[in-house]
Amino acid sequence: MTFNLDTQAPAVEQEISPKAPQDWAKIGLILLVFAFFTVILIVPVIYVFVGAFSNGLPGFLGTLSSREFLNALRLTLMAVAVAVPLNVIFGLCAALVLARKSFRGRTFLLSVIDLPFSISPVVAGLMLVSLYGRQGLLNPVLQALDLRIIFAFPGIALATILGGMPFVAREVIPVLEEIGDEEEEAAKTLGASSWQTFWRVTLPAIRWALGYGIILTTARAMGEFGSIAVVSSNLIGRTQTLTLFVDSSYRNYDSQGAFATAVVLAGLAAFTLVIKQLLEHLYTKRYKAE
Amino acid sequence: MTLAAADLRGPNQPKNVLAKISIPWIVVFAHLFIILLFPLLALLLQAIVLNPAQFWALATTPIALSTYNITFGTATVAAIVNMLAGTLTAWVLVRYQFPGKRFLDGIIDLPFALPTAVAGITLATIYNQSGWIGQFFAPFGIQIAFSRVGVAIAMIFVSLPFVVRTVQPVLQEVEPTIEEAAWSLGASRFQTFWKVILPPIIPAILTGTAQAFARAVGEFGSVVLVAANVPFQDLIAPVLVFQRLEGADIPGATVIGLVLLLISLVLLLIINLLQAWGRRYDV
Repeated sequence: MTFNLDTQAPAVEQEISPKAPQDWAKIGLILLVFAFFTVILIVPVIYVFVGAFSNGLPGFLGTLSSREFLNALRLTLMAVAVAVPLNVIFGLCAALVLARKSFRGRTFLLSVIDLPFSISPVVAGLMLVSLYGRQGLLNPVLQALDLRIIFAFPGIALATILGGMPFVAREVIPVLEEIGDEEEEAAKTLGASSWQTFWRVTLPAIRWALGYGIILTTARAMGEFGSIAVVSSNLIGRTQTLTLFVDSSYRNYDSQGAFATAVVLAGLAAFTLVIKQLLEHLYTKRYKAE
Repeated sequence: MTLAAADLRGPNQPKNVLAKISIPWIVVFAHLFIILLFPLLALLLQAIVLNPAQFWALATTPIALSTYNITFGTATVAAIVNMLAGTLTAWVLVRYQFPGKRFLDGIIDLPFALPTAVAGITLATIYNQSGWIGQFFAPFGIQIAFSRVGVAIAMIFVSLPFVVRTVQPVLQEVEPTIEEAAWSLGASRFQTFWKVILPPIIPAILTGTAQAFARAVGEFGSVVLVAANVPFQDLIAPVLVFQRLEGADIPGATVIGLVLLLISLVLLLIINLLQAWGRRYDV
């Protein structure tokens, strides 16, 4: 799940010169790519909207005003409200540490931060259960303190934090490395404290990357499914997040309700992509200007 | 103890890590340990508690073995499909101008952004026997949703962006003039592709393919909704972990989960090595 602003070099207008044997191959290849994307991606995405409005607008609005949906939305937003700020603070600190200092094990630490991308969401949930669950290692302590983590909100929050952990650091590190530390050093030389330097020099320089990292973390938090399914599989009171609500509505043959909720989530996904395109566009323009 | 403690020295002097415990370090390590590393260690310890014979027995039950086969076999198919389709897509996006190019480039990342549960219910609906696409296959007795084919399609969907996004930037760097030089020296188009275009982008293709494979192996949300999740037919390892957890079989889930975790770590190592290999020509 990486979106790097720098993976896409500016789109240079490249046409093979007229001397090149131009034939049907080019058109054939383009059509082939479109056929693949139509079957795998475009048709499914169109269907999300069709399914959501299968009972017309009233059905769609009916789902969005139902108590179950609103409860699911509230729980998801609560998880987002806990996970995103913590991940942003973590990501910023990790970026400052990794981009500004060299130390042994730096590459290893980078890989560790990226781990949540490569672990199956079910295994991520299982890890949390192994530590914080009823038969987990911390159970005696949690019992003594009368804390419930798994099958309760803290477990959902932990799973959400785990899934979105790498995004901010990943977006901010390349930018910090690119801008270098001259301005920060200058600020310090002129007597700024480290906080002042961070707020007035570093933060303005990384604001775009940080903003995009926050959007990615939020999108991931709203869409987190596998690990939350594990840590809340028999939650008392059957409170669900939006993704679990999609899953259970679909299994209970309420496909209209499932797709109406899916549209809300898909809209958020589309929003992240629009922002991404916009940032790339700005970045390319700046890149060309230089 | 402030941020500035060690900052005034040059950025490239190796320093003693213990000498500069600053606020960011504390935040990074607290977060990493509470959220990721302690749970990871807990999973390892839970598995170690079982004796090796028990562990082996749980990890190699007939159902478990069949889920490994189905998971890795289907993920391999998905990774190969994405390797071919992704390389082709990158090629078309870099080299050709055509209507809808921006749109295509914009939607490629959608599988990363779309929640897997949404992908799951959508694919299950479209590819079932009366679905938009499934209906064309039903008369031939081909069932897509609730079978291994559906699992493959879900895996292709979620890992679709990797190869395109790794190959695209590398392909941008390959100058078309080199091809023209090859043609002018009498190479056929096929020879040009095989000997001039392909070699520099091979590391990127392999990196993207390995990433796609790793993602497909761990996928849960979309597959659990598309598949029938029947053992020996289309049950994958992550779904088996989930089913065992639901059945309160913690040791059984832990063992399969640990197998999956170790495989993820090995794949991560392979991906890192591939990336290093890809950068060997970089200045």
